[in-house]
Amino acid sequence: MSTPAQPLDPNATHAALAQDRFRVERSTHSSRVFALVLTLGMAVLAAAPWWGDPGTMQLITEMAYYLALAQLWNLLAGYAGLVSVGQQAFVGLGGYTLFAVTDWYGVHPLGGIVLAGLAAGIASVPIAMVVFRLRGAYFAVGTWVVAESLLLVFAQITRLGGGSGTSLTPQIVQSIAADRGVREMIVYWVALALVILVTGAVYILLRSRHGLALTAIRDSELASHSLGVDTYRTKLLVFVVTAVGTGLIGAFIFLQKLRISPEAAFSVNDWTVVVIFMVVIGGIGTLEGPIVGMLVYFALRELLADYGTWYLILLGVVAVLVMLKAREGLWGLIARRFNLQLFPVRRNLTRINPPR
Amino acid sequence: MTLLSTHNLRAYYGDFQALFDVDFAIDAGETVAIIGANGAGKTTFLRAVVGALDCEQEMVQFDGLPIGRLAAHDVVRLGIAMVPEGRKLFPSLSVEENLRIGGDYSRRGPWTLERVYKLFPILAERRDTPSTALSGGQQQMVAIGRALMSNPRLLLCDELSLGLAPVIIGEIYARLATISAEGTTLVIVEQDTNRALAAADRFYCFQKGRVSLTGAAGGKQTIDRATITAAYFGL
Amino acid sequence: MNWYSILVQGTLLGGLYALFAIGLSLTFGIMRLVNIAHGDLITLSAFVALMAVDMLELHPLVSLAIVIPVMFGLGYLLQRGVLNFTLGGSILPPLLVTFGLSVIIQNVLLEGFGADMRRLNAGPIEIESVTLPGGVTVGLMPIIVFAIALVSLGGLQYLLYRTRLGRAFRAASDDPASAELMGINKNHLYALAMGLALIFTALAGVLFAMRTSVDPASGPIRLIFAFEAIIIGGLGSLWGTLIGGIVLGIAQSIGAAFSVQWQILAGHVAFLVILLVKPDGLFPRIKD
Repeated sequence: MSTPAQPLDPNATHAALAQDRFRVERSTHSSRVFALVLTLGMAVLAAAPWWGDPGTMQLITEMAYYLALAQLWNLLAGYAGLVSVGQQAFVGLGGYTLFAVTDWYGVHPLGGIVLAGLAAGIASVPIAMVVFRLRGAYFAVGTWVVAESLLLVFAQITRLGGGSGTSLTPQIVQSIAADRGVREMIVYWVALALVILVTGAVYILLRSRHGLALTAIRDSELASHSLGVDTYRTKLLVFVVTAVGTGLIGAFIFLQKLRISPEAAFSVNDWTVVVIFMVVIGGIGTLEGPIVGMLVYFALRELLADYGTWYLILLGVVAVLVMLKAREGLWGLIARRFNLQLFPVRRNLTRINPPR
Repeated sequence: MTLLSTHNLRAYYGDFQALFDVDFAIDAGETVAIIGANGAGKTTFLRAVVGALDCEQEMVQFDGLPIGRLAAHDVVRLGIAMVPEGRKLFPSLSVEENLRIGGDYSRRGPWTLERVYKLFPILAERRDTPSTALSGGQQQMVAIGRALMSNPRLLLCDELSLGLAPVIIGEIYARLATISAEGTTLVIVEQDTNRALAAADRFYCFQKGRVSLTGAAGGKQTIDRATITAAYFGL
Repeated sequence: MNWYSILVQGTLLGGLYALFAIGLSLTFGIMRLVNIAHGDLITLSAFVALMAVDMLELHPLVSLAIVIPVMFGLGYLLQRGVLNFTLGGSILPPLLVTFGLSVIIQNVLLEGFGADMRRLNAGPIEIESVTLPGGVTVGLMPIIVFAIALVSLGGLQYLLYRTRLGRAFRAASDDPASAELMGINKNHLYALAMGLALIFTALAGVLFAMRTSVDPASGPIRLIFAFEAIIIGGLGSLWGTLIGGIVLGIAQSIGAAFSVQWQILAGHVAFLVILLVKPDGLFPRIKD
């Protein structure tokens, strides 16, 4: 027995629906304003060689590649739920690929960056086959084991300097540009180009069909699986895309550092811990969060530069507090307060005709 | 003497309101049935009483004490035990361990392992088996025994008959009569209206989170079947 | 290469790794919490022992009388005051909060003690050795560590399966909401579980610092060893953890027999291979 259903008049329902007209909107007012500000801001940053000193350009370069790493980790953990503590594996692979192909085969360094991304992407497939067998926090530690293993393996490769590492030869460095000033400009612009490329790729991925699948997986893996989302393939896609991006950035980082060693290339602290703090503090699962987190990180680091590792302790405390008290991070607090969305990845339903 | 009462009890699952101003009372020694269709709010009501669901402090009174805000683990110690829907035995514990855990962290009193085994002799035979290896009826006995181990003054039974054969249901209800005869106050939640009305002194009928009808049950039942059916379905 | 000696040394090393792993395994088993700061808590225990030994001039083994209660109390407070608030929903909060704790502990130790390697001096016992049947000579300390690991696992087995508290731990592991209905205060119980886990961590930290030197950054690799032992043995299996530790210890000993640099890598490789061929470990219990 069941409760008698309300009588349904199909015609009446259709008529009501026909009167209500909706439009799917993706951009918001704030996002359109932000796009304009962003374009202007990038133009100003691109002109830095003419207004900034080398120190400023160095800082902007570092901010750029950290932002790119943060966006990639955010895509991985915040959207695909793959909380990796082993992304330094791909930073290191990218860096070492660059050093290998430029030194052994005379590839141009900028071409080496592209090859480094490819190499990291190819390596990520077998890595995924192993670590995808672990769930949740165990996945995190599993990726870390892979990165530690790679560190130990690269320390054994004598042609790449073994445990003490190696430097780029002057010829390779000069192949970017003979003049030092020009070279620094090129490296700086490559940094900007990479961060735009990575953020753009993450943005496009999230707006695509895969983005919707990812959000579904993040919200409930079981439910999205039953709705026909291929969670394994979607996660694998994100893992590989992230590895490619991280490899590109890794190659770039060591191109501008000119020196690589296993400890530096596969450093969990430099390439993963700091990045995780940025994303968590800024707001995980949003494109804006990593930007906010990156700015907070650099502000704290510069302010507390004279106090050793206290900025790391403070970052740790802030990250723990954010996770306990405001899981949506600083950006989440700001966005809720002012109803902002700068990178429109959501679909908003807007009623075209006024409600009756 | 009133043992448990609720006053304008409201309860929510997130934004969804599941109970609306429920007034309920049961005297010490009484057996009261709560009947109602699926989703009427019966289980929600029990969960609110035992503290598994938040409500205001004054909304639930036990033995003159407001307990609405107490945590579930504190409510047990006052003497309210629940046999949950679906039995919810601990799969990695043996039968005896399941019984023991009922008494480990709760009230002292007359109920002991021996008395529970006397009430359900089959459990004594199967004391060392994993609880998952028992039949549905035996599992229900463990769930009741586990609740008794906490020496409750008030025992709340949620859907005892669910998924059991009629002959087993009869056996379990016979044991409930024994438990009641020894002075334990009982609340029986059932979808099987006939079974519940026969076992109880009074009944409450829930419909869409509200009390839709209340009256005497068992031998003293005065309300006719059609009225109860109407209250049950909200006709 | 003397295979017999490698097997014996590896097995004894496995005892230490099992001690590393017990606490991590316990908190996962009871409350599905993977504590990323576990390795750093091992290091912290070693530093608490160092302080006790320095200030009170105790033997490191006697310092356990201080380190164990300190770590138990710390574990209780940490769980009750912080970690309980991260449980029950998404995996991100517990993971990232313990990750943050890991970095905090490492850097506080670095600020407080500097980056130097330190060691607990156990005195003459360190150099004593025993010749086993078959002619293999092993240090007395590794044998003591292995024995402590066995006693710890046996004690934990007794606690979990023979006591009221153990019953409550297993019930809460099955179904925390129903455990509450039994009068079990989940927040208190979880805090006791973390306190208990840190008792084993304290043992592991002190014994480890008597065997090799520690520095503030030596936590993460201990976490990794503990993790490898657990996964090799099978999640949630008590004695599987010991077998996992022994497999890891033997793999590392074989690697070390070729070259010191291969020791840790050989352990990682063994772990990754087992993950490929037997993803649930050798003795799986908990499916998660």
